[in-house]
Amino acid sequence: MNAVTEPHHPYYIPRPSPYPIVLSAALFLLGLGAALRVNALAAGWWALGLGALLFAYVLFRWFGEVIGESRAGLYRAQEDRAFRWGMLWFITSEVVFFASLFGVLFYERNIAVPWLASFNAAHTSWAPFSPWPHFTAHWPNSGPAGTPFEVVNPWGIPALNTLLLLSSGVTVTWAHAGLRAGRRLQLKAGLLLTVALGLTFLGFQAHEFAEAYRDLGLTLHSGVYGATFFILTGFHGLHVTVGAIMLSAILVRAWKGDFTPEHHFAFEAASWYWHFVDVVWLLLFVFVYWL
Amino acid sequence: MSAVNPAIEHLHEPHHDAPPRGITRWLYATNHKDIGVMYLVFGVLMFFVGGLLAELIRSELLTPTMRVLSPEAYNQVITIHGLVMVFAAVMPITTGFANYLIPLMIGAPDMALPRLNNWGFWLLPAAAILLVLPWGLKLLGIGTGTIDTGWTMYAPLSIQAGPGADFAFVAVLLLGLSSTMASINILVTIAQQRAPGMSWLKLPVFVWSWVVTALLLIAVFPALMAGCVMQIADRHFGTHFFSAAGGGDPVLWEHIFWFFGHPEVYILLLPTTGILPHILATFARKPMYGYKAQVYSFVAIGVMSIIVWAHHMFTSGLPAGVEIYFMLSTMAISIPVAVLFFCWFGTIWRGSMTFETPMLFALGYIVLFGIGGLTGLVLSDAAADQQYHNTYFLVAHFHYALFGGPIMGIFAGLYYYLPKMTGRMYSETLGRWHFWLTLIAFNVVFMPQFLLGIAGMPRRIPDYALQFAPLNMVSSIGAFLLGATQLLFLYNLARTVFGTAGAPASARVWEGSSGLEFTLPSPPPFHTFSTPPVIE
Amino acid sequence: MSTIGYFLRGGDDMSGEKILQLGLLGMAGTVGLAGPAAARAFYNFQTPVTPIGRDVLFIHDLFLIIIAILFLIGTGALLYSVFAHSRRRRAHAATFTQPVGRKQWLWASTPFVALLIIDYLILGIPALHSIWALADTADAQMTVQVTAHQWHWQYQYPAYGIGFSSDLSTPQQQIDNQAPKNPHFLLQVDHPLVLPTHEKIRLMLASSDVIHAFWVPAFGIKQDVVPGYLRKTWVQIDKPGVYRGQCAELCGVGHAFMPIVVRAVSPAQFQQWVTQERAREAAVAATASATYSETQLLAQGRHVFQTLCAACHQLNGLGLPGAFPPIAAGHPFAASAPMIAALRARGFYRQGEIVEGPVVNHIRIVLHGIPGTPMPAFAAQLSAADIAAVITYERNDFGNHTGDVIEPAQVAALEDGH
Repeated sequence: MNAVTEPHHPYYIPRPSPYPIVLSAALFLLGLGAALRVNALAAGWWALGLGALLFAYVLFRWFGEVIGESRAGLYRAQEDRAFRWGMLWFITSEVVFFASLFGVLFYERNIAVPWLASFNAAHTSWAPFSPWPHFTAHWPNSGPAGTPFEVVNPWGIPALNTLLLLSSGVTVTWAHAGLRAGRRLQLKAGLLLTVALGLTFLGFQAHEFAEAYRDLGLTLHSGVYGATFFILTGFHGLHVTVGAIMLSAILVRAWKGDFTPEHHFAFEAASWYWHFVDVVWLLLFVFVYWL
Repeated sequence: MSAVNPAIEHLHEPHHDAPPRGITRWLYATNHKDIGVMYLVFGVLMFFVGGLLAELIRSELLTPTMRVLSPEAYNQVITIHGLVMVFAAVMPITTGFANYLIPLMIGAPDMALPRLNNWGFWLLPAAAILLVLPWGLKLLGIGTGTIDTGWTMYAPLSIQAGPGADFAFVAVLLLGLSSTMASINILVTIAQQRAPGMSWLKLPVFVWSWVVTALLLIAVFPALMAGCVMQIADRHFGTHFFSAAGGGDPVLWEHIFWFFGHPEVYILLLPTTGILPHILATFARKPMYGYKAQVYSFVAIGVMSIIVWAHHMFTSGLPAGVEIYFMLSTMAISIPVAVLFFCWFGTIWRGSMTFETPMLFALGYIVLFGIGGLTGLVLSDAAADQQYHNTYFLVAHFHYALFGGPIMGIFAGLYYYLPKMTGRMYSETLGRWHFWLTLIAFNVVFMPQFLLGIAGMPRRIPDYALQFAPLNMVSSIGAFLLGATQLLFLYNLARTVFGTAGAPASARVWEGSSGLEFTLPSPPPFHTFSTPPVIE
Repeated sequence: MSTIGYFLRGGDDMSGEKILQLGLLGMAGTVGLAGPAAARAFYNFQTPVTPIGRDVLFIHDLFLIIIAILFLIGTGALLYSVFAHSRRRRAHAATFTQPVGRKQWLWASTPFVALLIIDYLILGIPALHSIWALADTADAQMTVQVTAHQWHWQYQYPAYGIGFSSDLSTPQQQIDNQAPKNPHFLLQVDHPLVLPTHEKIRLMLASSDVIHAFWVPAFGIKQDVVPGYLRKTWVQIDKPGVYRGQCAELCGVGHAFMPIVVRAVSPAQFQQWVTQERAREAAVAATASATYSETQLLAQGRHVFQTLCAACHQLNGLGLPGAFPPIAAGHPFAASAPMIAALRARGFYRQGEIVEGPVVNHIRIVLHGIPGTPMPAFAAQLSAADIAAVITYERNDFGNHTGDVIEPAQVAALEDGH
């Protein structure tokens, strides 16, 4: 429908490209390496290393090609819309991924743990047969055979981290405003601040993990609490890392003079991703650390 | 990065109309037709791999004695048979149709994101290799072979399994990535690339079926991917997601798996319910009946499929109230599915029908999938399911639903579009033989399995009690015939694609065909609709 | 003997030729749609003997009638259309694309209204009835604890202080087709579950390893058992008899080899059986302090090995490459790293080969299993005497010549102190 309203130009169809198949090969090597490695097979390191190198190389080249095409002016309104919708659907799939992890947290906490404890309820037919006679339902919990641990105090580093990520959401928006208004310095400063805040967040997070392992006895082995805690915060941290890399690349491009006030899909994609990661953290703070 | 890539210097050339030469045409493809063809070829190839595994299973079950496979090997073969058929055969073939047909049907020059498209495809062979690689490693004396838990991968059996399970979980992660990329591309294409005048409610039914399929994939596959990560963590990193000792629950995996797995059934099914009405309308020489009803049914099926998953878990010990909810919601799906059947009947009713091979397969689809659907109604009953669950009744049911549905639909679609894709007609005689022998053999394989299940034979056993012997032998003989019959199809396919025996196909191919794809010559040129057609 | 009888029961010794004949007969029968009586005889459930079983059979019969009618209507309409609306008979197709007018809309919506009635009334109401009935495990007269293991069932009667495990008793030779098959091939056990008739019995179900499912078709129940959790269900058997079922959830390589056999007897006979069982268990306990000759141990050990161990370690003691280690020393073996590490730590593995490790470790392995590998613990399942016998057998057969004779007391000593 939209095509009616604008002058026609042929949709840009890229030439045959080696990058997709090489990227698949890189992921194959990474997958193979992981599968070998977890089974303590030495060849896994080789596959992992080679896969990682190939992965980084292909991404660099592929994005380089796309950036080149963008500079050559091949992307107009329709291509731009395709990229935008592609990114939005990709973020949607990420939302489902995190929603599943939160679903797991909900299930373990509100269904599995009380269910296990329910076998001990007095005067039921279960009680004489309970597999875990001393287990009671409470949260945090490392399960009937778990070891004791302490939880991270939400009002220490996590609260500070919340503040950091929220401010980074503001700074990236400020950078966007600068870009749209043609204030390049504001763009660069905003991006730099955002990346710095993100990296600080990651530093604190790493410190918190180390402390959890060293002082609190909170590890991956700490039953369902440890498992859900680390998978949620771990995957979030991974996404912050990816987001920070994306924003750094945008920063480099901004420095080199890319992006115009009208034309800056890559910036927007990275900032959407960053906001998504932000929102996930808020939910994490509430459901993992606080409640 | 400031230096412009050498490849880009040629970008302003007018459209390159001839396909590139050599192997890189396929390896580096960005053309939707080429990528579609690769999906189709890969899917058909893996259909035969999965079929070979099925023949192994039926050889073992020919008589009540361990002859062909050890119990370990048997469990591995049934697992890979399931995974290959679902993820590497049916899904790639329906995605191949989507890639080939959607741009033609909506008047688009190509898919919206051509390189992403190719990436999605090439993840599939990577995943398929990871699935079967453990068999190769075992030959080298490493590991215990591939995953042996059944395709449902229930914990804690999956936690106990050998290294093959890690390969399978990693493979599923790659498959998920592949499906997500393909779905994103399809959704963006349908939303953005439609020719002027092609409004949403003018989209061909097949395109609509893929709108819902792609949305479903994005809505559920990431959940399975998260689950696979947790399985690997439980296996190797000491977590207790699925273990009671740490407060976890094995049944949680069942929830995750079926939250994905039930919609997955519709992901396999919907694209073929999208092709079917086109074929029925063509050979009945009559416009499609109930277009909007079908579209709304797709949407309804998509939404409902997400909220009924635990009907796969009626024996797992859910509270009675939960079972009742899942039973009642499952029964509700029968309504939109019945609407589809009604529209198929409406489309052929008082038509002027001829019965070429695609039409035969389409009609066979209605009958066989009908049996799958009706027995599904039986299985939705949480009480009676106590007797059917995990028996051969269930095995027969889902083969009627998934062979009778998607695979019959795929055959119908392949015969229907093969002349369009290749420019040559296939052999009608061979096609008819293929249909009739498939129809007969399929029923000989699976009808006895209903009876076996009712008589009490559990599924996934390599050896069985003597009262099950006669019907198992019938089923196995049928399976050998069914397998042999598919070679006819392969021959017919090869002779159409590579040979010159077939008569040339016209642009319309079929007398009753309609749609943008039939306004193009057969085969269509490498690039089509570079200037979009205008729909009135 | 009628054909139907063959279908139902099979022969005592099914030779390949007979099976082929029956198969062909069956094929003819299936394809030719054998008479309704015959169909009824072999496609139905086993005769139910519990209230739930009867409920479910009622639903099943109702279902089959309804879906048969729906199928006939659908296929009938399709076939009619195929013949009446073919090009030969109708040169010009109609052009309608949706119902037109109130009357047609009414007609078009009838099937859906009918389907709703079928779903929620005709089928829904009986379903709700039996779901609630099934969930009602209250007021049971006795509770039996059922524990699933890879790959056998264990039954305990807390009210009587007795309990035993129930193993497949089909000899490996029959499975390998080296001996004629028993009529109850794969559906026979050494100690069946014995239950009194006419009493409501609660089954408390647990699993020690993976998910299994307790299924006896004649009772109409199938219940998954989940490790670390409990499940319960109930039966009330009307008729004395022997009822056979199987594990119904894939649980590993022995999934096909863990049948359930229930012997239902009158309450009076049940009390008699309890007395006998108590005496039997006391006698078994006494064997822990008895001493046996090497010949006795070897004979009993061979029996235990062939019923329990051979499924994995094979009758010839050579195991399966990559999965189950050989019992025969001096054979090469490769497997996953945890498995090899465990074997090496216990002294059973050196330089790529299985070797004869210390007796104490051998006893410990059989008693407690090897965590992280498929080797299960047999402490709860086998008596000290049986464990002594099987270890003696393993160390003096398959080409092993250690000459070790292990007595039950040695096993009993290790049983308590880990």
